[in-house]
Amino acid sequence: MLTIDQATYDGIVAHAKRDHPDEACGIVAGPEGSDRPERLVAMLNAASSPTFYEFDSTDLLQLYKQMDVNDEEPVVIYHSHTATEAYPSRTDIGLAQEPNAHYVLVSTREHGNNEGPVEFRSYRITDGAVTEEEVSVVTQLPTV
Amino acid sequence: MAIEVRIPTILRTYTGGEKAVRGDGASLSALIDDLEASHPGIKERLIDPDSNGSDLRRFVNVYINDEDVRFIGGLEATLADGDEVVVLPAVAGG
Repeated sequence: MLTIDQATYDGIVAHAKRDHPDEACGIVAGPEGSDRPERLVAMLNAASSPTFYEFDSTDLLQLYKQMDVNDEEPVVIYHSHTATEAYPSRTDIGLAQEPNAHYVLVSTREHGNNEGPVEFRSYRITDGAVTEEEVSVVTQLPTV
Repeated sequence: MAIEVRIPTILRTYTGGEKAVRGDGASLSALIDDLEASHPGIKERLIDPDSNGSDLRRFVNVYINDEDVRFIGGLEATLADGDEVVVLPAVAGG
């Protein structure tokens, strides 16, 4: 199960709506091994595409160096689908390379840049196998 | 000569869980061969199987002292004692 706080959830949804019709992408970092998504980092989609996303290679290095300094890891890796359901595509499955991450998919196909509900779903992707998991949105993450 | 190589989570199965290992080589290509000798299997995860050994996989990024090697010669990029190499899988999808 993915447990995520409301503000972070809202931040991911707002990013997806803002970047529609292109795919939005980013991570939520958290202390290593904690499974706590604490620090939302919206990334630039270097592909600027409605069907593909990729972190810029320089941004990627900076992001991982910062996480290293903070003893963090990517707890959530999110991106949006802008015309299809919030389910990992074959490309998503083939390129998933963070075995510990929750892969969050948001679909903006219904309301685009406008107000309105989105699909927000979470998956584990390991060795080509996709397992959907429950998403629990809480006011605040429980204190450690 | 010693070069520190930072290993991403997904490749730590080849390094006994180590986040960083040491290797040798005057070029990235030589370094990867040296890593393969100590950590069998890792080379195949870095090199594009369709390139006849001449290119990195498209969705693996390698940096030498913070420079993406794609801009400094790819596998032919030169290395010197004390250089830091970082391997990071691309974060990408469709």
